[in-house]
This record gives sequence, structure tokens and C-alpha cells, in this order.
Amino acid sequence: MPTLETPPPLRTELPPPRAEVPPVPAEPGAAAAEPRIVVRDFDLWYGSQQALKRISLEVPSHSVTAIIGPSGCGKSTLLRAFNRMNDLIPGVRVRGEIRVSGVDVHAPSTDVVELRRRVGMVFQRPNPFPKSIFDNVAFGLRLLGLRDRGELEARVEASLRRSALWEEVRDRLGSSALQLSGGQQQRLCIARALAVEPEVLLMDEPASALDPTATARIEELALELKSRYTIVVVTHNMQQAARISDRTAFMLVGELVETDETRRIFTRPRQKLTEDYITGRFG
Amino acid sequence: MSRPRPDSPARLVPRPPALRRRLWNAAAQVACWLAGASVVLPLALIVWHLLAKGLPSLSWAFFVRLPKPVGEPGGGMANAIAGTLVLTGLGALLAVPVGVGAGVWLAEYGRGRLAALVRYTADVLAGVPSIVVGVAAYGLVVVPMGRFSALAGGVALAVLMLPTIVRATEEVVRLVPHSYREAALALGAPRWRAVQQVIVPSASAGIVTAILLALARAAGETAPLLFTALGNRFWSLSLDQPIASLPVFIYDYARAPYEDWNRQAWTGALVLLLLVALLSALLRLAVRRLPGRS
Repeated sequence: MPTLETPPPLRTELPPPRAEVPPVPAEPGAAAAEPRIVVRDFDLWYGSQQALKRISLEVPSHSVTAIIGPSGCGKSTLLRAFNRMNDLIPGVRVRGEIRVSGVDVHAPSTDVVELRRRVGMVFQRPNPFPKSIFDNVAFGLRLLGLRDRGELEARVEASLRRSALWEEVRDRLGSSALQLSGGQQQRLCIARALAVEPEVLLMDEPASALDPTATARIEELALELKSRYTIVVVTHNMQQAARISDRTAFMLVGELVETDETRRIFTRPRQKLTEDYITGRFG
Repeated sequence: MSRPRPDSPARLVPRPPALRRRLWNAAAQVACWLAGASVVLPLALIVWHLLAKGLPSLSWAFFVRLPKPVGEPGGGMANAIAGTLVLTGLGALLAVPVGVGAGVWLAEYGRGRLAALVRYTADVLAGVPSIVVGVAAYGLVVVPMGRFSALAGGVALAVLMLPTIVRATEEVVRLVPHSYREAALALGAPRWRAVQQVIVPSASAGIVTAILLALARAAGETAPLLFTALGNRFWSLSLDQPIASLPVFIYDYARAPYEDWNRQAWTGALVLLLLVALLSALLRLAVRRLPGRS
């Protein structure tokens, strides 16, 4: 990939595992002010229907950014533009620019496979593969060509610890992932995404299919993980956005209405529309 | 049950009396039960009949001996049993890679004209009578080779197995939840790796079932073997020589004017049935060990 200005070089091989405990405040050397994701005048069409209109947004590193808005406002579409999952849908066209760590996501020269390794994703419904717990987490690592058993085991364990699942599954790594509860499955999916050391973790309503206890655990996890990753979470649950995010973006019918610090969005929004939505007047 | 109060809206819906409702329920249950039972009945009758007629002649010799010349009693069908295994094995060897590959392609990549053509061809092929397939294999393999052969029989059986495998594989691969696909791609898997490592393994139980159906069908085919594999009264496993098979053996012996041969035909039929049942049991056992079944 040629369009690379900012530090973290595109990896074709695995990076060394990061130290477990100390949180990384910012990429050393990188300007701390440089946002991880920059969206500029981004439009997206499904066929002739425009789903995103002139979106401009910045996502700072090592933070949790929430995208909120009523159903159909385009928040998931925007999220899926960050790792080009919209490519799977026929008839999608885009205009404008999205940069992740400086790399133009939609540039023809961008390797989408490499991009997705750097931008992990967790979906609305837990979707572990019908494989063992171990093989689920190891999936991405094996894709990268990692074969060494000891290395695989170390990384799988590290990922499971980070997703706060290790203690629950350490004795049954070989059993099917489908036997886990919904909340455990979702944490497994997070571990699976973390195993390949992404820079960004996208979460598309990660708790909407879970019960309150499991939801709380996912939220805690998001808070823990932001020291290490940049997290963007789509949610239709405003309390959740308020609880876990540093910044909140409010979207409505394909447009970004307002984006600001979460505290501000929920207390003194600048836009009347935001206030109406937050106070439950529509949506 | 409490009676609805006169002012309750439930009164507006006329209710059949409880007795009538119960009778209907009982009648419907009996009807369902009968329908279920009548599915089992034909198979039960076949098995019972085969056991009654075939079991008396069933002996160890039947599995290990070769057929005796006319007039001599006894002998077995070792060559036909081995031949059926060779023929269906060869058919599967030819049809499974192509069929599974085509099915996966149709489900995952198949769009546009070529896919429509492949689907249509598979459907037409499924409707071609097996004897026609035999004639075609005769023309395409037997005539150029200059003799009947196991190979020609295997080709004919492969053609018969192909459409079942293609279409059933396509169906089961389509059933793999889209979320698996998304998850694999979101992890940075190239499309083909997602197909190879997640989608096909997830569908493997269904694919094996598809192969099994095709195998069981092919193992009992007679018509396409008559002028391809022909039959052989001697022991032969060579692919370029005529080979014996249970269905052809049964066909010949059942028509023969010798009582001993007729008895052996029944036994052959019983063995064929057991072979297919055994095959399907083994494959099902194998399927249980595959992922996606927990």
C-alpha cells in the first residue's frame, strides 16, 4: 500500500505481541493529536439510494466513539465503510475519503484483506465459527500464516484474557464455541478480532442480542480495551453510548448531525435535533 | 375452562363445542400417524421380503466364493460385491470433486449466465433416465476403448451421481449463515480462504449427506451398467476389464430358469441393501465428527 504517511507500517507479518499490562497512551512517535480515523465528505449509495451524505468525522486514537441514531440512519453503513464490509453488497458506490491510520480505505491500491486485519469488527449477533474455542481465536492468526503451536497458544490466551473470557474457557479450549452462552460467544468474537492485533475495533451494536449482565460485561470490556485500541461502537442504546464512549456522533437519515464529547452531547447538544433525539422526542 | 362473560369480546368469536374440537384433534393425530407409518411401511415390507427369501441362502461362502457354473449348486458373489464397491467408488471418485466443487461455486460465486447454464444442465441431467446415461457411456467410453470395462461403468455412475451432488451441495452451502462469511472476511480472510476454511466446513455435514444420497442411488443402478461394466463371472478388479456388480448379478440371476440362481438373486438383493445401509451408517457416523454439529 503506497499511501502511507503516518507511522504504523502496514503489516504483512505479525507484530510482536504487545506488553500485557501497561496501556499505550498513544503510538510512540506519532503525533498524539493525529486522529486514527478521518472521514471527509463521504457519500455512499445503495444503487440509486443515498445512504450516507457528506459525512465528515474524526475518531481519535485510544478512545471509544459511539455512533447513535434511529434505525436506518446509516450508522451501521458508516461503520462498515471503515473496513469496507459494504463491498459485499452489490451496487454500493462511494465518494469522498476515509483514512484509517493515514491509509485511504477506498483507494484502488488499498489491499482490503490487509485493511480488515488492521480494522477488526464485532457484529450485532455473536457469530463464532462452528469450530472449537481455540480455533476461533486462532483463525486470524492462521490466516497470517502462524503455524507454531506454542506461539498460537500464547496469542490465543492473551486474546482471551483481554476479552475477559480466559478464566471461563481455559479448561475447554477444545470444545465447540457454539456451546458458550450468547455473552461468552460475543466476548469470544472480540477475542477473535483482537488476536490479529488490529488498531481499530468496530462494534456494530455488540450487545443488542445480549441480556443485561452480558451487556454490562461487554461495556466494561470496551472501556478496558480503549487503552490499547481505537474503538468505534454503533448503538441504538443511548444509555450505553453515555456509559462507555468518550465521543458521540449523532446521525439522522444519512447525515451526521452532530459530533462532540459524549458529556456535551448528552448535556448541552448544539443541535436541536440532537436534543430532541436524546430526550426521546423521536427515534 | 371459564365461560366467557356475556360482555367479553371472546363471545363474538363462535367456538366449536369442546367435544367436536377434541374429535378433530384425535382424527388429525391419527391421520398424521398413518401418514408417517406409511412412509416406513414400504421399506419394512421390502426388508421383510428380502429377509424371508434371501436369508436362507446367505452364508459366508456367498461373500467369499465366486459364482459356480450352471448346474453346480452353491458358489457366491464375492466378485459382484467387490465389483459394486469398485464401481461406486470409482463413480464417487469422479463425481465428488467435480460435484462438490461445482456446488460450492454455484452457491458462492455463481452468478450470471454460466451459473444459470450449470444449474439448468444439472437439473436436466438429473432427469435423464439412467439407461440413457448407460447408452451415452457406451458410445463415449466402451466404443473407443473397444471393450466393456469397469471404467465405463464408473463413468456412467459418476454422471448419475453428479447432479444430486451439485444441487444438494449448492443448497447446503447457501444455508451457511451469512454471518460466518462476514466474520471470516472481517478477520482479513480472502474470499477463497473464507470459503475453504469456514463455509465449506460448516456445510460439510450436509455435503456428506448429499454424497451419501448419490452413492446409495448409484450403488443400486442396473441399467447403466448393462452395457458399460457388462458383468463378469470371474474375479476381476481391473478397471479396463468387464466387472461384476450386484445389481447386474441380481438382474441375471432373477431371470434365469434355475431355482438355485433365483434364490441367490434374493440373497444378492439382501446383501446390496445391507451394503447401502452400512455405507450410510458409516457416513453418518463420520458426519457426527465434523464441525457444525454441536
